[in-house]
Amino acid sequence: MQTLGSESLTYHDTAVRQFSIMAVVWGVVGMLVGVIIAAQLVWPELNLGLPWTSFGRLRPLHTNAVIFAFGGCTLFATAYYVVQRTSQVSLFMPKLAAFTFWGWQLVIVAAAISLPLGFTQSKEYAELEWPIDLLIAVVWVSFAIVFFGTIAKRKVKHIYVANWFFGAFIIAVALLHIVNSAAIPVSFMKSYSAYAGVQDAMVQWWYGHNAVGFFLTAGFLGIMYYFVPKQAERPVYSYSLSIVHFWALIFTYMWAGPHHLHYTALPDWTQSLGMVFSLILLAPSWGGMINGMMTMSGAWHKLRTDPILRFLIVSLSFYGMSTFEGPMMAIKTVNSLSHYTDWTIGHVHSGALGWVGLVSMGALYHLVPKLFGQKQMHSIKAIELHFWMATIGIVLYIAALWISGVMEGLMWRAINADGTLAYTFVESVKAKFPYYFIRFLGGTLYLGGMVVMLWNVLKTATSGQPVTASIPSVASHV
Amino acid sequence: MDILFLLVPLSVILVLIILGGLWWAIYSGQFEDIEEEGERILHED
Repeated sequence: MQTLGSESLTYHDTAVRQFSIMAVVWGVVGMLVGVIIAAQLVWPELNLGLPWTSFGRLRPLHTNAVIFAFGGCTLFATAYYVVQRTSQVSLFMPKLAAFTFWGWQLVIVAAAISLPLGFTQSKEYAELEWPIDLLIAVVWVSFAIVFFGTIAKRKVKHIYVANWFFGAFIIAVALLHIVNSAAIPVSFMKSYSAYAGVQDAMVQWWYGHNAVGFFLTAGFLGIMYYFVPKQAERPVYSYSLSIVHFWALIFTYMWAGPHHLHYTALPDWTQSLGMVFSLILLAPSWGGMINGMMTMSGAWHKLRTDPILRFLIVSLSFYGMSTFEGPMMAIKTVNSLSHYTDWTIGHVHSGALGWVGLVSMGALYHLVPKLFGQKQMHSIKAIELHFWMATIGIVLYIAALWISGVMEGLMWRAINADGTLAYTFVESVKAKFPYYFIRFLGGTLYLGGMVVMLWNVLKTATSGQPVTASIPSVASHV
Repeated sequence: MDILFLLVPLSVILVLIILGGLWWAIYSGQFEDIEEEGERILHED
Protein backbone atom coordinates (compact mmCIF):
# COMPACT_ATOMS: atom_id res chain seq x y z
CA MET A 1 0.00 0.00 0.00
CA GLN A 2 1.22 3.48 -0.74
CA THR A 3 0.58 6.72 1.02
CA LEU A 4 -0.01 9.62 -1.33
CA GLY A 5 0.95 13.16 -0.34
CA SER A 6 -2.33 14.49 -1.65
CA GLU A 7 -4.34 11.92 0.27
CA SER A 8 -7.15 13.32 2.38
CA LEU A 9 -6.45 13.36 6.11
CA THR A 10 -10.09 13.26 7.11
CA TYR A 11 -12.92 10.80 6.54
CA HIS A 12 -15.72 11.67 4.12
CA ASP A 13 -18.82 11.36 6.24
CA THR A 14 -21.30 13.62 4.46
CA ALA A 15 -22.97 10.72 2.66
CA VAL A 16 -22.89 8.67 5.87
CA ARG A 17 -24.74 11.46 7.71
CA GLN A 18 -27.31 11.91 4.93
CA PHE A 19 -28.00 8.19 4.62
CA SER A 20 -28.27 7.78 8.42
CA ILE A 21 -30.89 10.52 8.78
CA MET A 22 -32.86 9.33 5.77
CA ALA A 23 -32.78 5.73 7.03
CA VAL A 24 -34.72 6.84 10.10
CA VAL A 25 -37.10 9.06 8.09
CA TRP A 26 -37.86 6.28 5.57
CA GLY A 27 -38.16 3.82 8.45
CA VAL A 28 -41.04 5.87 9.86
CA VAL A 29 -42.66 6.22 6.42
CA GLY A 30 -42.32 2.53 5.48
CA MET A 31 -43.56 1.28 8.83
CA LEU A 32 -46.48 3.73 8.74
CA VAL A 33 -47.58 2.26 5.40
CA GLY A 34 -47.20 -1.18 7.01
CA VAL A 35 -49.50 -0.19 9.87
CA ILE A 36 -52.02 1.24 7.38
CA ILE A 37 -52.22 -2.00 5.40
CA ALA A 38 -52.39 -4.04 8.62
CA ALA A 39 -55.37 -1.85 9.60
CA GLN A 40 -56.93 -2.43 6.16
CA LEU A 41 -56.89 -6.17 6.85
CA VAL A 42 -58.84 -5.56 10.05
CA TRP A 43 -61.13 -2.83 8.67
CA PRO A 44 -61.41 -3.21 4.87
CA GLU A 45 -63.24 0.16 4.63
CA LEU A 46 -59.80 1.77 5.03
CA ASN A 47 -59.08 0.86 1.41
CA LEU A 48 -61.27 3.95 0.85
CA GLY A 49 -62.66 2.46 -2.34
CA LEU A 50 -59.85 4.14 -4.30
CA PRO A 51 -57.37 2.24 -6.48
CA TRP A 52 -54.39 4.31 -5.20
CA THR A 53 -55.02 3.49 -1.55
CA SER A 54 -55.97 -0.16 -1.98
CA PHE A 55 -54.09 -2.94 -0.20
CA GLY A 56 -52.73 -4.38 -3.44
CA ARG A 57 -50.91 -1.16 -4.32
CA LEU A 58 -49.84 -0.10 -0.84
CA ARG A 59 -48.40 -3.47 0.14
CA PRO A 60 -45.50 -3.30 -2.37
CA LEU A 61 -44.99 0.32 -1.32
CA HIS A 62 -44.56 -0.92 2.28
CA THR A 63 -42.11 -3.70 1.37
CA ASN A 64 -40.05 -1.49 -0.94
CA ALA A 65 -39.94 1.33 1.59
CA VAL A 66 -38.82 -0.77 4.54
CA ILE A 67 -36.40 -3.00 2.62
CA PHE A 68 -34.84 -0.65 0.11
CA ALA A 69 -35.43 2.77 1.68
CA PHE A 70 -34.96 2.06 5.41
CA GLY A 71 -32.72 -1.02 5.03
CA GLY A 72 -30.92 0.34 1.95
CA CYS A 73 -30.07 3.73 3.50
CA THR A 74 -28.83 1.98 6.65
CA LEU A 75 -26.60 -0.27 4.56
CA PHE A 76 -25.17 2.61 2.51
CA ALA A 77 -24.47 4.63 5.68
CA THR A 78 -22.83 1.81 7.60
CA ALA A 79 -20.87 0.42 4.62
CA TYR A 80 -19.40 3.86 3.87
CA TYR A 81 -18.61 4.40 7.54
CA VAL A 82 -17.13 0.96 8.27
CA VAL A 83 -15.05 0.67 5.11
CA GLN A 84 -13.34 4.00 5.87
CA ARG A 85 -12.66 3.22 9.55
CA THR A 86 -11.39 -0.30 9.00
CA SER A 87 -9.28 0.70 5.97
CA GLN A 88 -8.14 3.99 7.58
CA VAL A 89 -8.60 5.96 4.38
CA SER A 90 -11.23 8.38 3.14
CA LEU A 91 -13.86 7.29 0.62
CA PHE A 92 -12.80 6.68 -2.95
CA MET A 93 -14.55 9.21 -5.24
CA PRO A 94 -16.65 11.06 -2.62
CA LYS A 95 -18.59 12.85 -5.38
CA LEU A 96 -19.76 9.46 -6.67
CA ALA A 97 -20.79 8.63 -3.10
CA ALA A 98 -22.86 11.84 -3.09
CA PHE A 99 -24.41 10.70 -6.37
CA THR A 100 -25.37 7.35 -4.78
CA PHE A 101 -27.20 9.28 -2.05
CA TRP A 102 -29.25 11.48 -4.39
CA GLY A 103 -29.74 8.67 -6.91
CA TRP A 104 -31.02 6.31 -4.22
CA GLN A 105 -33.42 8.95 -2.86
CA LEU A 106 -34.70 9.47 -6.41
CA VAL A 107 -35.32 5.71 -6.73
CA ILE A 108 -37.30 5.79 -3.47
CA VAL A 109 -39.40 8.79 -4.50
CA ALA A 110 -40.05 7.22 -7.92
CA ALA A 111 -41.21 4.06 -6.15
CA ALA A 112 -43.46 6.03 -3.81
CA ILE A 113 -45.15 7.67 -6.80
CA SER A 114 -45.27 4.82 -9.33
CA LEU A 115 -46.45 1.99 -7.04
CA PRO A 116 -49.68 3.66 -5.84
CA LEU A 117 -50.36 4.66 -9.46
CA GLY A 118 -50.31 0.97 -10.31
CA PHE A 119 -47.08 0.71 -12.32
CA THR A 120 -45.60 -2.66 -11.46
CA GLN A 121 -43.69 -5.57 -12.96
CA SER A 122 -45.61 -7.81 -10.53
CA LYS A 123 -42.42 -9.43 -9.23
CA GLU A 124 -42.26 -9.52 -5.46
CA TYR A 125 -39.57 -7.16 -4.08
CA ALA A 126 -38.78 -6.24 -7.72
CA GLU A 127 -42.00 -4.43 -8.60
CA LEU A 128 -40.42 -1.26 -9.92
CA GLU A 129 -40.75 -0.64 -13.67
CA TRP A 130 -37.82 -0.67 -16.06
CA PRO A 131 -36.76 3.04 -16.03
CA ILE A 132 -36.41 2.86 -12.23
CA ASP A 133 -34.64 -0.49 -12.53
CA LEU A 134 -32.06 1.13 -14.79
CA LEU A 135 -31.49 3.91 -12.26
CA ILE A 136 -31.06 1.30 -9.50
CA ALA A 137 -28.44 -0.48 -11.61
CA VAL A 138 -26.48 2.77 -12.18
CA VAL A 139 -26.59 3.73 -8.49
CA TRP A 140 -25.60 0.21 -7.47
CA VAL A 141 -22.58 0.08 -9.78
CA SER A 142 -21.51 3.49 -8.40
CA PHE A 143 -21.86 2.09 -4.86
CA ALA A 144 -19.60 -0.83 -5.88
CA ILE A 145 -17.01 1.56 -7.36
CA VAL A 146 -16.91 3.70 -4.21
CA PHE A 147 -16.79 0.70 -1.88
CA PHE A 148 -14.23 -1.43 -3.69
CA GLY A 149 -12.20 1.66 -4.63
CA THR A 150 -11.92 2.44 -0.91
CA ILE A 151 -10.86 -1.15 -0.19
CA ALA A 152 -8.25 -0.91 -2.97
CA LYS A 153 -6.60 2.19 -1.47
CA ARG A 154 -6.78 0.94 2.14
CA LYS A 155 -3.83 1.49 4.47
CA VAL A 156 -4.52 -1.59 6.58
CA LYS A 157 -3.39 -4.76 4.87
CA HIS A 158 -6.05 -6.96 6.42
CA ILE A 159 -9.60 -6.51 5.11
CA TYR A 160 -11.85 -6.58 8.19
CA VAL A 161 -14.54 -9.30 8.08
CA ALA A 162 -17.42 -6.76 7.98
CA ASN A 163 -16.10 -5.53 4.62
CA TRP A 164 -16.21 -9.05 3.18
CA PHE A 165 -19.90 -9.22 4.06
CA PHE A 166 -20.60 -5.76 2.63
CA GLY A 167 -18.63 -6.63 -0.51
CA ALA A 168 -20.49 -9.90 -1.09
CA PHE A 169 -23.79 -8.09 -0.53
CA ILE A 170 -22.95 -5.41 -3.12
CA ILE A 171 -21.83 -7.88 -5.80
CA ALA A 172 -24.66 -10.36 -5.25
CA VAL A 173 -27.38 -7.71 -5.30
CA ALA A 174 -26.02 -6.28 -8.57
CA LEU A 175 -26.12 -9.73 -10.19
CA LEU A 176 -29.57 -10.61 -8.83
CA HIS A 177 -31.10 -7.29 -9.83
CA ILE A 178 -29.77 -7.35 -13.36
CA VAL A 179 -30.76 -10.97 -14.10
CA ASN A 180 -34.22 -10.83 -12.51
CA SER A 181 -35.20 -7.42 -13.86
CA ALA A 182 -34.39 -8.30 -17.48
CA ALA A 183 -37.50 -7.16 -19.36
CA ILE A 184 -38.69 -5.97 -22.75
CA PRO A 185 -40.10 -2.42 -22.48
CA VAL A 186 -43.22 -1.73 -24.54
CA SER A 187 -43.77 1.84 -23.37
CA PHE A 188 -42.35 4.34 -20.88
CA MET A 189 -43.76 2.59 -17.79
CA LYS A 190 -44.68 -0.87 -19.08
CA SER A 191 -42.52 -3.89 -19.77
CA TYR A 192 -42.75 -7.65 -20.01
CA SER A 193 -40.39 -10.03 -18.23
CA ALA A 194 -37.74 -11.66 -20.40
CA TYR A 195 -38.82 -15.03 -18.95
CA ALA A 196 -42.19 -16.78 -19.07
CA GLY A 197 -44.25 -19.07 -16.84
CA VAL A 198 -42.42 -21.34 -14.44
CA GLN A 199 -39.07 -20.07 -15.79
CA ASP A 200 -40.05 -16.62 -14.62
CA ALA A 201 -41.14 -17.98 -11.24
CA MET A 202 -37.79 -19.73 -10.80
CA VAL A 203 -35.78 -16.57 -11.65
CA GLN A 204 -38.06 -14.52 -9.43
CA TRP A 205 -37.45 -16.70 -6.36
CA TRP A 206 -33.80 -17.21 -7.14
CA TYR A 207 -33.75 -13.40 -6.90
CA GLY A 208 -36.26 -13.17 -4.06
CA HIS A 209 -34.57 -15.53 -1.67
CA ASN A 210 -31.08 -14.31 -2.45
CA ALA A 211 -32.28 -10.77 -1.85
CA VAL A 212 -33.15 -12.00 1.64
CA GLY A 213 -29.79 -13.75 1.82
CA PHE A 214 -27.55 -11.00 0.56
CA PHE A 215 -29.47 -7.74 1.08
CA LEU A 216 -31.15 -8.56 4.40
CA THR A 217 -28.59 -11.01 5.78
CA ALA A 218 -25.04 -10.53 4.46
CA GLY A 219 -25.28 -6.74 4.50
CA PHE A 220 -26.64 -6.63 8.03
CA LEU A 221 -24.09 -9.22 9.19
CA GLY A 222 -21.48 -6.70 8.04
CA ILE A 223 -23.16 -4.20 10.37
CA MET A 224 -23.25 -6.78 13.18
CA TYR A 225 -19.54 -7.66 12.90
CA TYR A 226 -18.52 -4.02 13.27
CA PHE A 227 -21.07 -2.47 15.61
CA VAL A 228 -21.50 -5.31 18.15
CA PRO A 229 -17.77 -5.34 19.01
CA LYS A 230 -17.64 -1.53 18.98
CA GLN A 231 -20.63 -1.08 21.26
CA ALA A 232 -19.58 -3.93 23.59
CA GLU A 233 -15.96 -2.68 23.48
CA ARG A 234 -14.78 -6.23 23.03
CA PRO A 235 -13.36 -8.00 19.98
CA VAL A 236 -15.62 -10.45 18.19
CA TYR A 237 -15.73 -13.76 20.13
CA SER A 238 -13.82 -15.76 17.50
CA TYR A 239 -12.39 -13.96 14.52
CA SER A 240 -11.60 -17.31 12.85
CA LEU A 241 -15.22 -18.36 13.19
CA SER A 242 -16.31 -15.11 11.56
CA ILE A 243 -14.22 -15.97 8.53
CA VAL A 244 -15.61 -19.52 8.37
CA HIS A 245 -19.09 -17.98 8.77
CA PHE A 246 -18.54 -15.71 5.78
CA TRP A 247 -17.23 -18.30 3.34
CA ALA A 248 -19.72 -20.99 4.40
CA LEU A 249 -22.63 -18.58 4.01
CA ILE A 250 -21.74 -17.31 0.56
CA PHE A 251 -20.83 -20.74 -0.82
CA THR A 252 -24.17 -22.26 0.22
CA TYR A 253 -26.73 -19.48 -0.12
CA MET A 254 -27.52 -19.29 -3.83
CA TRP A 255 -29.78 -22.35 -4.23
CA ALA A 256 -32.27 -21.96 -1.38
CA GLY A 257 -34.79 -20.06 -3.55
CA PRO A 258 -36.90 -23.00 -4.81
CA HIS A 259 -38.35 -23.46 -1.29
CA HIS A 260 -40.66 -20.58 -2.22
CA LEU A 261 -42.12 -22.78 -4.95
CA HIS A 262 -42.90 -26.04 -3.12
CA TYR A 263 -45.84 -27.95 -4.65
CA THR A 264 -45.94 -25.77 -7.76
CA ALA A 265 -45.14 -26.46 -11.44
CA LEU A 266 -41.43 -26.33 -10.58
CA PRO A 267 -39.82 -29.79 -11.11
CA ASP A 268 -39.87 -31.85 -7.93
CA TRP A 269 -36.10 -32.34 -7.81
CA THR A 270 -35.56 -28.57 -7.96
CA GLN A 271 -37.90 -28.16 -4.98
CA SER A 272 -36.00 -30.82 -3.03
CA LEU A 273 -32.69 -29.18 -3.92
CA GLY A 274 -33.99 -25.90 -2.54
CA MET A 275 -35.09 -27.64 0.64
CA VAL A 276 -31.70 -29.33 1.17
CA PHE A 277 -29.76 -26.09 0.64
CA SER A 278 -32.10 -24.28 3.03
CA LEU A 279 -31.41 -26.88 5.72
CA ILE A 280 -27.66 -26.62 5.16
CA LEU A 281 -27.90 -22.86 5.78
CA LEU A 282 -28.79 -23.45 9.41
CA ALA A 283 -25.13 -24.25 10.17
CA PRO A 284 -23.41 -21.03 9.01
CA SER A 285 -26.33 -18.92 10.26
CA TRP A 286 -26.13 -20.26 13.78
CA GLY A 287 -22.33 -20.17 13.72
CA GLY A 288 -22.55 -16.44 13.07
CA MET A 289 -25.32 -15.89 15.59
CA ILE A 290 -23.38 -17.65 18.35
CA ASN A 291 -20.24 -15.73 17.40
CA GLY A 292 -22.06 -12.42 17.74
CA MET A 293 -23.74 -13.38 21.03
CA MET A 294 -20.55 -14.74 22.60
CA THR A 295 -18.83 -11.43 21.89
CA MET A 296 -20.67 -10.42 25.05
CA SER A 297 -19.00 -13.12 27.18
CA GLY A 298 -17.52 -11.47 30.25
CA ALA A 299 -19.46 -8.30 29.47
CA TRP A 300 -23.02 -9.45 29.89
CA HIS A 301 -23.53 -6.94 32.70
CA LYS A 302 -23.35 -4.15 30.10
CA LEU A 303 -26.79 -5.21 28.87
CA ARG A 304 -28.23 -3.91 32.12
CA THR A 305 -27.12 -0.35 31.48
CA ASP A 306 -26.69 -0.02 27.73
CA PRO A 307 -29.93 -0.06 25.70
CA ILE A 308 -28.02 0.20 22.40
CA LEU A 309 -26.23 -3.04 23.14
CA ARG A 310 -29.60 -4.56 24.00
CA PHE A 311 -30.89 -3.67 20.53
CA LEU A 312 -27.89 -5.41 18.98
CA ILE A 313 -28.02 -8.56 21.11
CA VAL A 314 -31.79 -9.03 20.87
CA SER A 315 -31.47 -8.58 17.10
CA LEU A 316 -29.05 -11.51 17.11
CA SER A 317 -31.50 -13.68 19.02
CA PHE A 318 -34.15 -12.91 16.40
CA TYR A 319 -31.58 -13.73 13.71
CA GLY A 320 -31.07 -17.09 15.41
CA MET A 321 -34.81 -17.69 15.72
CA SER A 322 -35.69 -16.83 12.15
CA THR A 323 -32.75 -18.74 10.66
CA PHE A 324 -34.02 -21.78 12.55
CA GLU A 325 -37.64 -21.25 11.60
CA GLY A 326 -36.77 -20.64 7.92
CA PRO A 327 -35.07 -24.00 7.24
CA MET A 328 -37.86 -25.75 9.15
CA MET A 329 -40.49 -24.09 6.96
CA ALA A 330 -38.48 -25.06 3.87
CA ILE A 331 -39.05 -28.75 4.69
CA LYS A 332 -41.74 -29.82 2.26
CA THR A 333 -43.93 -31.52 4.88
CA VAL A 334 -43.94 -28.43 7.09
CA ASN A 335 -44.37 -26.21 4.07
CA SER A 336 -47.53 -28.02 3.04
CA LEU A 337 -49.06 -26.58 6.20
CA SER A 338 -47.35 -23.18 6.30
CA HIS A 339 -47.35 -22.18 2.61
CA TYR A 340 -49.72 -19.31 1.70
CA THR A 341 -50.66 -18.81 5.36
CA ASP A 342 -49.91 -15.94 7.75
CA TRP A 343 -47.15 -18.04 9.28
CA THR A 344 -44.95 -16.99 6.35
CA ILE A 345 -45.68 -13.31 6.99
CA GLY A 346 -44.96 -13.83 10.69
CA HIS A 347 -41.65 -15.50 9.83
CA VAL A 348 -40.63 -12.66 7.51
CA HIS A 349 -41.40 -10.10 10.20
CA SER A 350 -39.48 -12.00 12.86
CA GLY A 351 -36.50 -11.56 10.54
CA ALA A 352 -37.37 -8.06 9.36
CA LEU A 353 -38.54 -6.39 12.58
CA GLY A 354 -36.41 -8.52 14.88
CA TRP A 355 -33.13 -8.93 13.05
CA VAL A 356 -32.87 -6.27 10.34
CA GLY A 357 -34.81 -3.59 12.22
CA LEU A 358 -33.17 -3.94 15.63
CA VAL A 359 -29.61 -4.32 14.32
CA SER A 360 -30.09 -1.22 12.15
CA MET A 361 -31.47 0.80 15.04
CA GLY A 362 -28.61 -0.29 17.32
CA ALA A 363 -26.02 0.64 14.69
CA LEU A 364 -27.67 4.01 13.98
CA TYR A 365 -27.85 4.86 17.69
CA HIS A 366 -24.12 4.13 17.87
CA LEU A 367 -23.40 6.13 14.73
CA VAL A 368 -25.51 9.28 14.94
CA PRO A 369 -23.86 10.90 17.99
CA LYS A 370 -20.41 10.23 16.49
CA LEU A 371 -21.40 11.84 13.19
CA PHE A 372 -22.65 14.99 14.91
CA GLY A 373 -19.90 15.37 17.48
CA GLN A 374 -21.96 14.31 20.49
CA LYS A 375 -20.90 11.97 23.29
CA GLN A 376 -24.17 10.09 23.20
CA MET A 377 -27.73 10.28 21.91
CA HIS A 378 -29.86 13.21 23.13
CA SER A 379 -31.94 10.93 25.37
CA ILE A 380 -30.85 7.51 26.66
CA LYS A 381 -34.28 7.12 28.29
CA ALA A 382 -35.87 7.44 24.86
CA ILE A 383 -33.63 4.64 23.51
CA GLU A 384 -34.76 2.52 26.44
CA LEU A 385 -38.40 3.32 25.65
CA HIS A 386 -37.86 2.54 21.95
CA PHE A 387 -36.29 -0.79 22.84
CA TRP A 388 -39.30 -1.94 24.85
CA MET A 389 -41.85 -0.63 22.34
CA ALA A 390 -40.04 -2.44 19.52
CA THR A 391 -39.56 -5.71 21.42
CA ILE A 392 -43.14 -5.92 22.71
CA GLY A 393 -44.40 -4.92 19.26
CA ILE A 394 -42.47 -7.75 17.60
CA VAL A 395 -43.66 -10.34 20.10
CA LEU A 396 -47.31 -9.33 19.63
CA TYR A 397 -46.86 -9.34 15.86
CA ILE A 398 -45.19 -12.71 15.40
CA ALA A 399 -47.18 -14.56 18.08
CA ALA A 400 -50.47 -13.39 16.51
CA LEU A 401 -49.41 -14.53 13.05
CA TRP A 402 -48.10 -17.89 14.27
CA ILE A 403 -51.50 -18.65 15.73
CA SER A 404 -53.47 -17.30 12.79
CA GLY A 405 -51.15 -19.00 10.25
CA VAL A 406 -51.22 -22.45 11.80
CA MET A 407 -54.96 -22.11 12.40
CA GLU A 408 -55.79 -21.23 8.81
CA GLY A 409 -53.43 -23.94 7.51
CA LEU A 410 -55.25 -26.51 9.63
CA MET A 411 -58.67 -25.16 8.60
CA TRP A 412 -57.79 -25.38 4.88
CA ARG A 413 -56.72 -29.00 5.12
CA ALA A 414 -59.50 -30.19 7.46
CA ILE A 415 -61.89 -32.57 5.72
CA ASN A 416 -65.14 -34.25 6.71
CA ALA A 417 -65.60 -38.02 6.78
CA ASP A 418 -67.06 -37.89 3.25
CA GLY A 419 -63.97 -36.10 1.90
CA THR A 420 -65.48 -32.63 1.52
CA LEU A 421 -63.75 -29.56 2.98
CA ALA A 422 -64.71 -28.89 6.60
CA TYR A 423 -64.45 -25.10 6.22
CA THR A 424 -65.07 -22.60 3.47
CA PHE A 425 -62.25 -20.16 2.73
CA VAL A 426 -64.19 -17.24 4.13
CA GLU A 427 -64.59 -19.04 7.46
CA SER A 428 -60.79 -19.13 7.78
CA VAL A 429 -60.68 -15.39 6.99
CA LYS A 430 -63.26 -14.67 9.66
CA ALA A 431 -61.41 -16.74 12.26
CA LYS A 432 -58.29 -14.59 11.75
CA PHE A 433 -59.95 -11.32 12.74
CA PRO A 434 -58.70 -11.12 16.40
CA TYR A 435 -55.14 -12.02 15.35
CA TYR A 436 -55.14 -9.35 12.66
CA PHE A 437 -56.10 -6.86 15.32
CA ILE A 438 -53.26 -7.98 17.62
CA ARG A 439 -50.86 -7.76 14.68
CA PHE A 440 -52.07 -4.20 14.01
CA LEU A 441 -51.38 -3.34 17.68
CA GLY A 442 -47.89 -4.87 17.51
CA GLY A 443 -47.11 -2.97 14.32
CA THR A 444 -48.36 0.28 15.82
CA LEU A 445 -46.11 -0.16 18.85
CA TYR A 446 -43.12 -0.86 16.60
CA LEU A 447 -43.91 2.24 14.51
CA GLY A 448 -44.31 4.29 17.70
CA GLY A 449 -40.81 3.26 18.75
CA MET A 450 -39.49 4.39 15.39
CA VAL A 451 -41.12 7.81 15.82
CA VAL A 452 -39.41 8.12 19.22
CA MET A 453 -36.14 7.30 17.45
CA LEU A 454 -36.72 9.97 14.79
CA TRP A 455 -37.28 12.59 17.49
CA ASN A 456 -34.16 11.46 19.35
CA VAL A 457 -32.01 11.43 16.21
CA LEU A 458 -33.17 14.89 15.08
CA LYS A 459 -32.56 16.28 18.60
CA THR A 460 -29.05 14.78 18.61
CA ALA A 461 -28.29 16.07 15.13
CA THR A 462 -29.54 19.59 15.73
CA SER A 463 -27.83 20.01 19.09
CA GLY A 464 -24.52 18.94 17.54
CA GLN A 465 -22.49 19.90 14.49
CA PRO A 466 -21.44 17.68 11.59
CA VAL A 467 -17.88 16.64 12.48
CA THR A 468 -15.00 16.03 10.15
CA ALA A 469 -13.18 13.15 11.75
CA SER A 470 -9.46 12.91 11.09
CA ILE A 471 -7.83 9.66 10.06
CA PRO A 472 -5.48 8.34 12.76
CA SER A 473 -1.92 7.99 11.54
CA VAL A 474 -1.05 4.35 11.44
CA ALA A 475 2.20 3.28 9.93
CA SER A 476 2.74 0.08 11.89
CA HIS A 477 0.56 -2.32 9.98
CA VAL A 478 1.16 -1.38 6.35
CA MET B 1 -36.87 -25.72 -17.18
CA ASP B 2 -34.68 -24.02 -19.76
CA ILE B 3 -34.01 -21.37 -17.14
CA LEU B 4 -31.59 -23.77 -15.46
CA PHE B 5 -29.30 -23.36 -18.47
CA LEU B 6 -28.93 -19.75 -17.29
CA LEU B 7 -29.05 -20.16 -13.52
CA VAL B 8 -26.77 -23.19 -13.16
CA PRO B 9 -23.89 -21.74 -15.24
CA LEU B 10 -24.33 -18.45 -13.37
CA SER B 11 -23.94 -20.30 -10.06
CA VAL B 12 -20.90 -22.17 -11.35
CA ILE B 13 -19.26 -18.91 -12.47
CA LEU B 14 -20.11 -17.37 -9.12
CA VAL B 15 -18.63 -20.28 -7.18
CA LEU B 16 -15.46 -19.99 -9.27
CA ILE B 17 -15.26 -16.27 -8.47
CA ILE B 18 -15.83 -17.01 -4.76
CA LEU B 19 -13.13 -19.71 -4.90
CA GLY B 20 -10.83 -17.17 -6.54
CA GLY B 21 -11.55 -14.74 -3.72
CA LEU B 22 -10.84 -17.39 -1.09
CA TRP B 23 -7.63 -18.38 -2.89
CA TRP B 24 -6.49 -14.76 -3.00
CA ALA B 25 -7.36 -14.22 0.65
CA ILE B 26 -5.39 -17.29 1.76
CA TYR B 27 -2.28 -16.68 -0.33
CA SER B 28 -2.07 -12.92 0.15
CA GLY B 29 -1.82 -13.40 3.90
CA GLN B 30 -5.31 -12.19 4.85
CA PHE B 31 -5.61 -14.97 7.41
CA GLU B 32 -2.33 -14.47 9.30
CA ASP B 33 -2.54 -13.40 12.96
CA ILE B 34 -6.25 -13.00 12.58
CA GLU B 35 -7.34 -12.82 16.21
CA GLU B 36 -5.30 -9.62 16.41
CA GLU B 37 -7.38 -8.16 13.58
CA GLY B 38 -10.52 -8.52 15.65
CA GLU B 39 -8.90 -6.34 18.34
CA ARG B 40 -7.76 -3.62 15.99
CA ILE B 41 -11.13 -2.02 15.29
CA LEU B 42 -11.42 -1.21 19.00
CA HIS B 43 -8.28 0.95 18.95
CA GLU B 44 -8.81 3.08 15.85
CA ASP B 45 -10.91 6.22 15.44
